[in-house]
Amino acid sequence: MDAKPHLQVKNLSVSYGTTAALKNISVDIPDKKITAIIGPSGCGKSTLLRAFNRLLEDGDEVSISGQVLVDNEDIYDPRNDITQIRKKMGLLSQKPYPLPMSIFENVAYGPRIHGIKKNRMDETVRHYLTIAGLWEEVKDRLHEPATRLSIGQQQRLCLARGLAVEPEIILADEPTSALDPKSSQKIEAEFKVLKNDYTIIIVTHILRQARRLADYVLFIYLGELIEHGPARQIFENPQHEMTKEYIQGIIS
Amino acid sequence: MLLITLGSGFLVFLMALGLCVKAWPILRLKSLGEILFSSSWHPLKGDFGMLPFIMGTLWVTGIAIIIAVPISLLTAIYLSEYAPKRMKEFSKPFIDLLAGIPSVIYGVWGILIIVPLVKDHIAPFFGVYSSGYSVLSAGIVLSIMIFPVIIHITMEVFHSIPRELREASLALGATRWQTVKHVLLRKSLPGIVAANVLGFSRAFGETMAVLMVAGNIVKIPLSVFDAGYPLPALIANNYGEMLSIPLYDAALLMSALVLFVVVIFFNVVSRYILHRINLRIS
Repeated sequence: MDAKPHLQVKNLSVSYGTTAALKNISVDIPDKKITAIIGPSGCGKSTLLRAFNRLLEDGDEVSISGQVLVDNEDIYDPRNDITQIRKKMGLLSQKPYPLPMSIFENVAYGPRIHGIKKNRMDETVRHYLTIAGLWEEVKDRLHEPATRLSIGQQQRLCLARGLAVEPEIILADEPTSALDPKSSQKIEAEFKVLKNDYTIIIVTHILRQARRLADYVLFIYLGELIEHGPARQIFENPQHEMTKEYIQGIIS
Repeated sequence: MLLITLGSGFLVFLMALGLCVKAWPILRLKSLGEILFSSSWHPLKGDFGMLPFIMGTLWVTGIAIIIAVPISLLTAIYLSEYAPKRMKEFSKPFIDLLAGIPSVIYGVWGILIIVPLVKDHIAPFFGVYSSGYSVLSAGIVLSIMIFPVIIHITMEVFHSIPRELREASLALGATRWQTVKHVLLRKSLPGIVAANVLGFSRAFGETMAVLMVAGNIVKIPLSVFDAGYPLPALIANNYGEMLSIPLYDAALLMSALVLFVVVIFFNVVSRYILHRINLRIS
């Protein structure tokens, strides 16, 4: 691999109660690239993504072992402040979940809890709404409740909200699955721009989306990392029989 | 079965109608303002000012709400957001059980524990003398009776909020408390209000336990250590006695009507809000 890794996973295993969700995963995620995690639903893609910002441990009876290193620091080290770890990663979920407040406040929420000065807030909000490609559409109604936006706009608002805490990594969990084709296209276009500044990890079960976006691909099947490598290699010359079958649509 | 169902539905209206008819004689002779806002209650002289009772009810209910709201809200927050699953499963049945205890037992417990506590410890602490039979005692007992209602409904409202919304806030690096404060509470505010209003309406109409510890003196309470005489206690203590006094019967039923209208009103409002929340989820 030519690029240096931003996030390194070492022997990560996750189980819910007695069911193993992820089995001994080790992989390096390249810096400032789009990495797609592909695989059939229920195979552990989302679990892996959520392991990266420690959202997993909020569930009951979850046990996690192994390491996840961000910039060579283990995020599961108990000495680390969980809020600082989560601040490094913006999360975009399947469906947009705007916070119960105005458009402006949604974007300002993160900076505010991390102590950004009030007088810079207008500028900050404007900046991130512009990056998320939403500013022109909402600039005249910033103080309306966020739920009045269309679902595609809400997803871009969630993107702006995530970017506003200045993360290094964007974690996206099937971010276009609830959106119409037009809105999906907008989000994908955003990602292509954002990868210049951020490391993006996207979970998707849409193979074509992975082909369009990904620089690097992880194929997961039933909790195991079957194969990973540069997108071109995975799609054109998969080494593993199962990857081949999944890509050809024989298994899904 | 249809008839039975309709019948029980109609019962509410029949009761309202019955109360109106029975209270009519006094409403014809005296203005509503005089009945509700005069503090002179002398049935033998024909004075039926209900203000002392209304104030008694408001004091007791107010104290109960002031004690119950913060405690039950914090309990609900703790149980739904912080407590480990086992703790939650363990304590929920106990809280619900509180709701099932007959109110006379709360009354006895109030006399045995709360009344002496107020008399010997709380009142002297403030340098006041109190017999212990006071609106404070009644408020404390009542607050414990309405805990389960408020906790239960508030927890259900929290439960209706999608996990992803909490995660959205946590993923931005918010602490759990920030998430509760800015997201959870804001999102569930209507539901929390409804839960408390439902608790309030239960407190407003609760009779037995309050009657046993409130002191029942016809006087507007001036402090929490004074005795009070809430409306339900008035009706329960006096209806059926001395009904030969003219208009006494109508006056008591008038007070019942007041109680009825207030409680029904709060119930309908809070159930409407909760219904709207349920619609939003589904």
